[in-house]
Amino acid sequence: MAPTHPTPPPPETAGPGTAVADPVLEARSVSKRFPGVVALDDVSFALRAGEVHALVGENGAGKSTLIKVLTGVYRSDEGEVCVSGEPVRFARPFEAQQAGISTIYQEVNLVPLMSVARNIFLGREPKNRLGLIDFSRMNRETTELLDGFGVRVDPKRPLHTLGIGTQQMVALARAVSVQARVVIMDEPTSSLEPREVETLFRVIENLRGQGIAVLYVSHRMDELYRVCDRVTVLRDGRHIHTGELAPLERMRLVSMMLGRDMAEVRRDGLTGFATEGHDAARTPVLTATGLDRRHQLHGISLELYAGEVLGLGGLLGSGRSETAKALTGALPLDGGEITVDGKRVGRPTPAAAIRAGISMLPEDRKAEGIVPGLSVRENIVLAAMPRLSRAGIVSRAQQDRIVEIFMKRLRIKASGPEQKVGELSGGNQQKVLLARWLCLEPKVLLLDEPTRGIDVGAKAEVQSLIDELAREGLAVLLISSDIEELIEGADRIVVLRGGAVAGELSGDEVDESRLLEVLADHSPGSVPAGRAPGTAPADPTPGSAPADRTPDAAPDDQPPRPGGRAPAGQEDPR
Amino acid sequence: MTTEATLPRPAKPLARLRDPAWYQEYGVYAAVAVVLLFNALFTEHFMTADNLRTQLVQVAPIVIVALGMALVIGTEGIDLSVGSTMALAAALLPLYLGYGLAPALLIALLAGAVVGAVNGTLVSLVGLQPIVATLALFVGGRGLALVMADGQLKQIVNPDLLALGTGSFLGVPTVVLIAGVLALAVAFLVQRTTFGRQIVAIGGNRSASALSGLPVKRVLIGVYVLCGVMAALAGILATARLTASDPSSLGTLMELSAITAVVVGGTPLNGGSVRVLGTVAGALLMQLLRATLVKHDLPDSTAQIAQAAIIIAAVYVARERRSR
Amino acid sequence: MNKTTPATVPAAKAPAPLKSAPSRPEPRPERSTGSRVGELVQRQGVLAVLLTVILIASFVYPSFAGLDNARGVTVQASFLAIVALGMTLVIITGGIDLSVGSVFALGGVLAAWASQWGFLTALLVPLVVCGAIGLVNGLLIARAGMAPFIVTLAALLAARGMLLAFTDEGATTYLVPKDSAFAELGQGSVWGFGHPIFIALALFGAGGLLLQRTSFGQTLFAVGGSSDAATLMGLPVARTKILVYTLSGLLAGLAGALNAARLSSGVTIVGVGMELDAISAVVIGGTLLIGGAGSISGTLWGVLLLAVIQNLINQIGSLNSSYQSVVSGGFLIVVVVAQRYLARSRRTT
Repeated sequence: MAPTHPTPPPPETAGPGTAVADPVLEARSVSKRFPGVVALDDVSFALRAGEVHALVGENGAGKSTLIKVLTGVYRSDEGEVCVSGEPVRFARPFEAQQAGISTIYQEVNLVPLMSVARNIFLGREPKNRLGLIDFSRMNRETTELLDGFGVRVDPKRPLHTLGIGTQQMVALARAVSVQARVVIMDEPTSSLEPREVETLFRVIENLRGQGIAVLYVSHRMDELYRVCDRVTVLRDGRHIHTGELAPLERMRLVSMMLGRDMAEVRRDGLTGFATEGHDAARTPVLTATGLDRRHQLHGISLELYAGEVLGLGGLLGSGRSETAKALTGALPLDGGEITVDGKRVGRPTPAAAIRAGISMLPEDRKAEGIVPGLSVRENIVLAAMPRLSRAGIVSRAQQDRIVEIFMKRLRIKASGPEQKVGELSGGNQQKVLLARWLCLEPKVLLLDEPTRGIDVGAKAEVQSLIDELAREGLAVLLISSDIEELIEGADRIVVLRGGAVAGELSGDEVDESRLLEVLADHSPGSVPAGRAPGTAPADPTPGSAPADRTPDAAPDDQPPRPGGRAPAGQEDPR
Repeated sequence: MTTEATLPRPAKPLARLRDPAWYQEYGVYAAVAVVLLFNALFTEHFMTADNLRTQLVQVAPIVIVALGMALVIGTEGIDLSVGSTMALAAALLPLYLGYGLAPALLIALLAGAVVGAVNGTLVSLVGLQPIVATLALFVGGRGLALVMADGQLKQIVNPDLLALGTGSFLGVPTVVLIAGVLALAVAFLVQRTTFGRQIVAIGGNRSASALSGLPVKRVLIGVYVLCGVMAALAGILATARLTASDPSSLGTLMELSAITAVVVGGTPLNGGSVRVLGTVAGALLMQLLRATLVKHDLPDSTAQIAQAAIIIAAVYVARERRSR
Repeated sequence: MNKTTPATVPAAKAPAPLKSAPSRPEPRPERSTGSRVGELVQRQGVLAVLLTVILIASFVYPSFAGLDNARGVTVQASFLAIVALGMTLVIITGGIDLSVGSVFALGGVLAAWASQWGFLTALLVPLVVCGAIGLVNGLLIARAGMAPFIVTLAALLAARGMLLAFTDEGATTYLVPKDSAFAELGQGSVWGFGHPIFIALALFGAGGLLLQRTSFGQTLFAVGGSSDAATLMGLPVARTKILVYTLSGLLAGLAGALNAARLSSGVTIVGVGMELDAISAVVIGGTLLIGGAGSISGTLWGVLLLAVIQNLINQIGSLNSSYQSVVSGGFLIVVVVAQRYLARSRRTT
């Protein structure tokens, strides 16, 4: 079954220590087929006690399928799963959990309406003598457990009132609080702030120390090299390589994931952006002044020029997505003004923004982007439909022409324009959405996390497309939590913090260290805002995530909360 | 819904029968054909023009209501108030017939539009769940109709209105003609107009549609208004055929018949697609089935159990495809 | 509640508190009083409305406040209450059960028929059959993955069909033997309050404990709140759904049996539209139709509110009974719209 590799993988090496622990969890020649797709093809994989094992591969490489087979969500067609050398057959996730395998998923898989404590103890609630649930004990133990993660939160609070990062920490607490022997983490950091990522890494260290095996899935190379001992690479459902991570060169790893030549990767860089910047125009296409929304945005002003890529940086909950939504009229504003080409956008609604030439690619592709049951064609023309029809009647010929152009230009891989979008891969879905917005011929394109959760190949394509669009004179606003992407892609970066503009980097200032400084609020100009008058009581707005967590670096270094009621205090309260 | 075959269609007819997608796509039509064939062979006086005409006349109001329902279901909604709307229209007719047929019809249709507008407003602007929003008018609507009609059955004597119920054009009953024209109109609406495509898109993903600048609220209100007007029209036609306005029993359980027709016709309850022809076939199938059982002297109880079985079978087939 | 069980955190392996853990006491995030009031109003608002209506009605119509009237209203309401109890549990899982009205009628007919062989058969036969209908609903929904709305719609038709088949198309009416223990169950009373009232109250008490204080109850909320999450958390989602529909069938059958005992006969035409009354009561009681949130007590107040409205319209002799549904429908709109705005304001403050 040896697949052909462009770069032959190095032979499997047992680490230098040679004292190899027995595998706790093992997949032996596992195959899994779905109608029309072979998701896993004869994959073998072993996880040893006390190791942190990275599982990498492009989207569609079979990572998720492998995890689902290991955790009992799917059953393999061939091969077997072994726990401590014994073959097992999990019928349900519950059985895998009984066997000591617990999992945290990329998207928080908890029940939003239930309290934190109930979520953590669901299915194993502490009982009193009468066999009824003992809530006081449950809440107490929850508090103790979460304290261990540096999270302070009322255990009775409904989960949905917490920030995503905190929710992810609750999920983590639940996962490790069962008597786990194996903890599987699927993209655990995708919604965490840097601070929380540090906490997560400490938790992982702790697990390793206790001899618990961790399977770590991530797209982020830095993280992998920081925490993982060994790595397994999958590609197209096949096992490509397993071995020690540290000696493996980063480029080599990427080339194995992509199946591309190393030289090619080296030449093109890790992102698809060209190295040189763009020539921006002198007068702004889009100006936003004093965008205000209670608890979320505080006097945000932006200028966006034709032919530039403006990066919008900030931590989770800093108001990046809210700003983008406000600009497209999807988020009602309490105050502020938006103009495009000098003309004011009256009462912003998505329709008005589109008419004015603003397009936005939303962050959540599944929930806010694609209409899965409709064809590629209909998804592309969705927003442009009024323009492509006469007297309310759709013109199929005009649609077909536009769709053909964009499917070619964006290299959308589908069996044809009539294939349902729900059947496409993440990257191609994203391209369909880009086509939807581009066919409106916008003047301003807002991109909220355009490359999140899509595979490396498509990521590079999208990035170079952004480059190209800016060069053609489009004004692009790029929101990304991928720092590499932000720095290589943007000509200028505006950094948000607590719903207000915290700083701007342009020209030579656009580099990683400067960006991190502003993001982390270490620049000398800004004073710790933790003592701003509006920060005393917490309020249960969903956006107030940072308030739930205790700062773990310096107590005074608390970023201003989105709920801070003193917009002026964002810059300098004194 | 004539999406081109993206998957290779099984070539052999026998292989087709094993493909769940085939049942989903053509199952209703096949079932109608089977029922007709059965009756042609085993039921006397079934395949006669007279009987078929009776069946069509009987199914016409259900088809009209089901068409509106299909649009609502396409937006991931449901309208439980259609039966009450029929009763309201029936109650209003005799009150305004004194001013002439046209004003009376207009008022009755307007009542349907108002009910729809209330439903649509509750769903789109207030954000209530469609079941709850329309449940209120389901409960209250018939009460209102009875209050207006003083709880009484009124004979209809207006010859123009009666002609609407009994007349025919080129041998086709007017009622059937109206239902047929409406079916074509709704099919055109869904397939070829921006409004129709927006209905489907909103049912498929509401927030994506909103972010794409679609007038979500307007479309939702429009859909419920259309459904209300069609229900009112069905109420008018049924009244004309009954030659009496009977708000206490007209249209009872119509919401269930309409939903059944839509679902059996292959429109999924979770929105994002509207099968117009399937809905018509679904209504026809249930009607023919009932008629067949009656002709064979099978009691009502059997008819109801058979209906239940068909609903389950239709949804089971639909489920097969979704899980692919 | 304040037992001193040692806090054996099952998470013995949770990491030790981090070194950078809070060094200064920080006020634990408290919910604002505003949100608490909002929550209280949302949870107990129906009760407030109910009490207000009763209070006003008692002044305006002295006959309403009489003990006899109260006895009549409550015993009438107890049947719908039992049905609505099952419906509440189903709706909390995000489902719906449209079959309860037909099952209620079927249960009554079966009970009346079986009462000729004594008390136990009169209860067991309807429970077994109705429980089986619920079980089939549950299996089709949980195992075959079909939509609850449609499955139970089919069950509505099927149960009605079974009822007709069993009664020679409605021509036969089975009678409950006079003075039998079974008739006593429906017609007897304690201090003038009929037995069904106490049965309903006991069931609501048990239902409340089940929902709030058992793992099964928590699982109901989890399944309704997020079915996928519940599956991935290893909760027995399918089993829970099957159980809850079975429970709903059982309760509807029991209510039907009690109703037959009260009426001394298995009336075939009862229960039409009862499912929608039950849903109304549940929704008025503050349970969300999307699932994941709700309460048993709210449903009880919702049922009583509907019953009081009906009774009041009867008291106001001049109004024809059609007004009852107009008022009920109006109430439904007002209550759900108010709930909607309360929930919305609670989220934004």
